[in-house]
Amino acid sequence: MSKKASCKLTDFAVSCGCAAKVGGKVLRQILAQVPQTADNHLLVALENFDDAAVYELNEEMALVETLDFFPPVVDDPYTFGQIAAANALSDIYAMGAEPLVAMAIVCFPTRTLSTDILVAILKGGADKVREAGAVMVGGHTVEDERPMYGVVVTGKAKPKEIVTNAGAKKGDLLILTKPLGTGIIITAMKAGLAGPQEKDEVIASMVALNKTASRIMLEVGVNAATDITGFGFLGHLLELATASRVAVEINSSKVPLFPAAIDHARIGLIPEGAYRNREFVGGRVRFAPQVDLAQEDLLFDPQTSGGLLISVPPAKAEILLEKLHQQGVEKAGLIGEVVSGEKGLITVKK
Amino acid sequence: MIEIDVRGLACPIPVIRTKKALDEMQEGEILTIVDNPASKENVMRLARAYGCQIKVEPAGEDFRLTITRRRT
Repeated sequence: MSKKASCKLTDFAVSCGCAAKVGGKVLRQILAQVPQTADNHLLVALENFDDAAVYELNEEMALVETLDFFPPVVDDPYTFGQIAAANALSDIYAMGAEPLVAMAIVCFPTRTLSTDILVAILKGGADKVREAGAVMVGGHTVEDERPMYGVVVTGKAKPKEIVTNAGAKKGDLLILTKPLGTGIIITAMKAGLAGPQEKDEVIASMVALNKTASRIMLEVGVNAATDITGFGFLGHLLELATASRVAVEINSSKVPLFPAAIDHARIGLIPEGAYRNREFVGGRVRFAPQVDLAQEDLLFDPQTSGGLLISVPPAKAEILLEKLHQQGVEKAGLIGEVVSGEKGLITVKK
Repeated sequence: MIEIDVRGLACPIPVIRTKKALDEMQEGEILTIVDNPASKENVMRLARAYGCQIKVEPAGEDFRLTITRRRT
């Protein structure tokens, strides 16, 4: 059988990147049937649907563990490897931890696709892990009809410095570090309707590590954080609000977006995952009537390698934002606040 | 009427095919048949963006979307 030396990698993906996640509603129903093991060393486990698990080794040191993998989001295999690794590392950064060791998880059709493609994917992932200051030590590869790639990451943190999604306090301000709209623009790319500039912009954002944002949030001192991936901005915001037992208010006009994403959303270039997210989260969100449908869609859009959502005491918000902007996290914006009200309730204003 | 049967095809194909038909016509009707709620929502957004009338009829697991484009 002849092998394809090059191909449109995204043609193998039914849904792309983090949009490929099983929906939150279904996942919770499944996990509710699987007994969870309690362990005194587990500082953060599954109960709050946080970004990574945290296992305390001693008072000074905890392990932070995470895994993410998905089908191709872009056609260039090296770029896909970089994005998948940046996305997995993001969970470590969202906890304020430092990545140490990574392992690759791979599905690949070696009988039908050139292994050069896989080499490029692995190189992209390994380079991104190196940029993070961690080391890729191995992995596991399974023969499968459709390519998928991802990374397991082990990080470390001082138990007292762990930033969870459960610490947001009334009065905090909310900061988002990357624009929203990756899922919609990837869908427009699949449709052949994305322009070269928006492609470059969204790829640059997805390959960018959340390393700097994470370091700055530790320096400044924040109350809670999470990263925005497959459940979309509102899905991860709901997890944060629920875990922190607070209500939040979002100014939708302040939320950083990829500009082209609004136009694509208006003509229905929206990944299925966005509708799953709306179904899962929508009941906890009150939209002001002035918020238009395309804007709502953006807030539900599943993100691949999205930014950090940070809940910071108001007195520190300005310095946090200033440092982020000065050190290359230019799109970071102040998008809302933690308010009094029913816990886990999200209000979205114009 | 132009019929576009995109059952079994994932996003964004239902939108691409319907958009192509809309771009090629000045007035007339299109019937797009989809088999999932996300495709239904996406084609409805497309039709509204084009200023068309749209009628949605559930048909078992499928949805039949009749889009009417009038000359402006």
